[in-house]
Amino acid sequence: MGPVTTDAAPSTPRTPEPPRSPTGALLLDAARRNMRQYGMLVALGLIVVLFQIWTDGVLLKPNNVTNLVLQNSYILVLAIGMVIVIIAGHIDLSVGSLAAFVSAACAVMMVEHHVPWVLALAVALAIGAVAGAWQGFWIAYVGIPSFIVTLAGMLLFRGGTQILLGSRSLGPFPEGFQKISTGYLPEVGPDTNYHNLTVLLGLGLIAVVLVQEVRSRRREQAYELDVLPRGLFLTKCVAMVAAVLAFTLTLASYRGVPVVLLLLAALLIGLGFVMRNAVVGRHVYALGGNQAAAKLSGVKDKRVTFLVFVNMGVLAALAGVVFAARLNAGTPNAGVNFELEAIAAAFIGGASMSGGVGTVLGAIIGGLVLGVLNNGMSLVGVGTDYQQVIKGFVLLAAVGFDVWNKRKVGS
Amino acid sequence: MGAPLLEMRSIVKTFPGVRALSDVTLTVAPGEVHAVCGENGAGKSTLMKVLSGVHPHGSYQGDILFQGEPCAFKDMRASEARGIVIIHQELALVPYLSIAENIFLGNEHARRGIVSWGATLQHAARLMKRVGLREHPQTRVADIGVGKQQLVEIAKALSKEVRLLILDEPTAALNDEDSAHLLGLILELKAQGIASIIISHKLNEIAAVADSVTVLRDGRTIETLDVKAPDTTEERIIRSMVGRDLDHRFPERTPYAGDPGAHPALEVRDWTVHHPIDQQRKVVDDVTLHVRRGEIVGVAGLMGAGRTELAMSVFGRSYGRGISGTVWKDGHQIRTRTVPEAVGHGIAYVTEDRKHYGLNLIDTISRNITLGALGKVSRRGIVDEHEERRVAESYRTSMGIKAPTVFEQVGRLSGGNQQKVVLSKWIFAGPDVLILDEPTRGIDVGAKYEIYTVIDRLAAQGKAVVFISSELPELLGMCDRVYTMAAGRLTGETARADATQEVLMRLMTTHDMTTNKR
Repeated sequence: MGPVTTDAAPSTPRTPEPPRSPTGALLLDAARRNMRQYGMLVALGLIVVLFQIWTDGVLLKPNNVTNLVLQNSYILVLAIGMVIVIIAGHIDLSVGSLAAFVSAACAVMMVEHHVPWVLALAVALAIGAVAGAWQGFWIAYVGIPSFIVTLAGMLLFRGGTQILLGSRSLGPFPEGFQKISTGYLPEVGPDTNYHNLTVLLGLGLIAVVLVQEVRSRRREQAYELDVLPRGLFLTKCVAMVAAVLAFTLTLASYRGVPVVLLLLAALLIGLGFVMRNAVVGRHVYALGGNQAAAKLSGVKDKRVTFLVFVNMGVLAALAGVVFAARLNAGTPNAGVNFELEAIAAAFIGGASMSGGVGTVLGAIIGGLVLGVLNNGMSLVGVGTDYQQVIKGFVLLAAVGFDVWNKRKVGS
Repeated sequence: MGAPLLEMRSIVKTFPGVRALSDVTLTVAPGEVHAVCGENGAGKSTLMKVLSGVHPHGSYQGDILFQGEPCAFKDMRASEARGIVIIHQELALVPYLSIAENIFLGNEHARRGIVSWGATLQHAARLMKRVGLREHPQTRVADIGVGKQQLVEIAKALSKEVRLLILDEPTAALNDEDSAHLLGLILELKAQGIASIIISHKLNEIAAVADSVTVLRDGRTIETLDVKAPDTTEERIIRSMVGRDLDHRFPERTPYAGDPGAHPALEVRDWTVHHPIDQQRKVVDDVTLHVRRGEIVGVAGLMGAGRTELAMSVFGRSYGRGISGTVWKDGHQIRTRTVPEAVGHGIAYVTEDRKHYGLNLIDTISRNITLGALGKVSRRGIVDEHEERRVAESYRTSMGIKAPTVFEQVGRLSGGNQQKVVLSKWIFAGPDVLILDEPTRGIDVGAKYEIYTVIDRLAAQGKAVVFISSELPELLGMCDRVYTMAAGRLTGETARADATQEVLMRLMTTHDMTTNKR
């Protein structure tokens, strides 16, 4: 395994294989390298099937799938930032409090001072960036361990939230702001029983994915690198198209694509691309993997660390906005334990405590594992007490598997 | 003299793939100071670990007799119970505990688990007086200098009724004054009947305090000499240390035919570096050296000579404090205060410690190779993965990195192949000057030859190469000129034609002995 070729869209083997190696060996090799992520994808699939049976098919009903996305959106936003922090070899305990602080600030601005919601949103994200820069400064330039700085941040921002709100809940918000969390793409065109724009979007996505795959294959051939055999390549494409199509139609038969899902997709694709393909993303992996070696290779360690925390701050603010919009109020106890869920998602998704390993897609999968467990267990009536116990075991098992797997390959 | 205090007979110790000791015999007489010397990697430290039980009985072959009785130590506690105490080069003190607490650590003055502070302080003060340490027993160890910390270690040893004290390079980290005090103390303890083994490559120290000296080479005892005998000269010891045949194979060196009139590719002038913690100590002391394009220049020195510290401090001030001096490239003075600046001026430093400073072991070959110059395979901040893979593949082929694909995790490769990855990384960065620090450490003979070939090729392409090594044969085989360092100072510059192992070793063991007694 490793942070090798795992990010971006549904990734199936893109392995460089010795020219004459049989297809089976090739798949096996790819599976070995990405074992952790494939393992979690399979686990997610199993959990989905299990609850689908258990709930008599309620789990995958269109309205529940939409609900699942909405319920977990803010944790997924945090998990994306958190996995980057963890890859860089740090931790951020303050994100739940920071999200709460930002949602409180939004509430004060819009409800008490009637600031237009677009401006409030911009200010909210700026607050996140400043808070991230504050923590990043102490961590990167002063050298205080991130655990301490963000533990302090956890207290600071929680206290700030309570100072802003006292013990009140402030709401409701302007409709435009609420739409961030509860909105859907508009209905257009003739009545087709499906949400037209969603179907179009899905078809567009399929086209983009196919073009990307074909172009990538052509380029690899042009570089005389080994590519997947034709049959396998077609199978892969068909599987990807089928998955996208099924998901699209499910959403389209309810109310269409939620705005939050677009946001998540943008973050997943954007930050996934940065972590996988941008120089700065590489530097984050290098820093987490071996800080001394990265520094001696000319990586600007302080600046990269600083940027990672600024990014986390902005994402925490975004999560706070999404949460506030969903709740339609700012409350002093918002975001409690969000940081723990985000950290758990990153680790379940394959990040390593010691840094240098993990992917954005993995964190999303980890977050979905937790989300489906929550949703499914609630549907079948498991109490929150037992839910916590089960989630605890899942976290332990996922990371335990990771440790065992690492020891087995002896690295 | 009567029966020996210690006899180690035919000790053999193997590690997976390496035979560290093959047939070592060491005999120490009661009450004598016995020196053990040899090149880096001769087996000195391993031998002491066998003696002190760090390598437990059963993990080596051979017999140890102490005071006539056979010993089978299973750990360090067992050897300490017999009165054999080792003081490692890296001191084993807890910095935030007091001197008194450190002296009795693991051996506390206590009744039923409750420490008796009165007895502790009193006893500590007595021991401290014996070693000449004038400090309050409650001073934190972190607050005293390395020299005094060394004395705390000796006081700790004395508290354990020591009969044989082993000191591993005791003066390597000390200044001249502290060294003189320590050597005096060893002689005082000798007068009290405590025997010592000192591992040292400072021959003048050996002459000053030791009664006899045993020379190790390539894991064997070469001979034991009586230091006081008239024919035991430093030359005699040096010959014994290096008397190895030049059986290593080297590629035919393309003779260096540079233009001596041109400016050197890299020149370091008046370079002085202080220790990052002990800021009084000069780790590199007023060193001036240069290297020309197409030239391979060796830097020889024993452990603690300051070679790595010199290289790392020049390379973006990655080591040390209070650095002074100038760096010149092609006749212009340049700034190399940060790694990116140094890399920007075409300097590359290939570390001796590839696992800690050279590689991201959990990442792939391909990503390790490109890390130093990601800009070359990316456009507008985005890495072109296909181009990256092509580059990595080309290095895998040209450097002969043995791995199925460039996506193999570097941590799984052998030492030789890891070294080729580090070299690839820096060659890809396209430097004019390569500083190679022990590039063949810990790799097998075949891989060494391949690396020598690469180094020769680099020089032939007009790169300037600085080759730091502890292995004299490889310096003689590869270099056009060799600088020698000892205790942070440059002690010589020898042309290829004049260089022999004896000449270099002589320069590597030269120490300015203005304050030490002879």
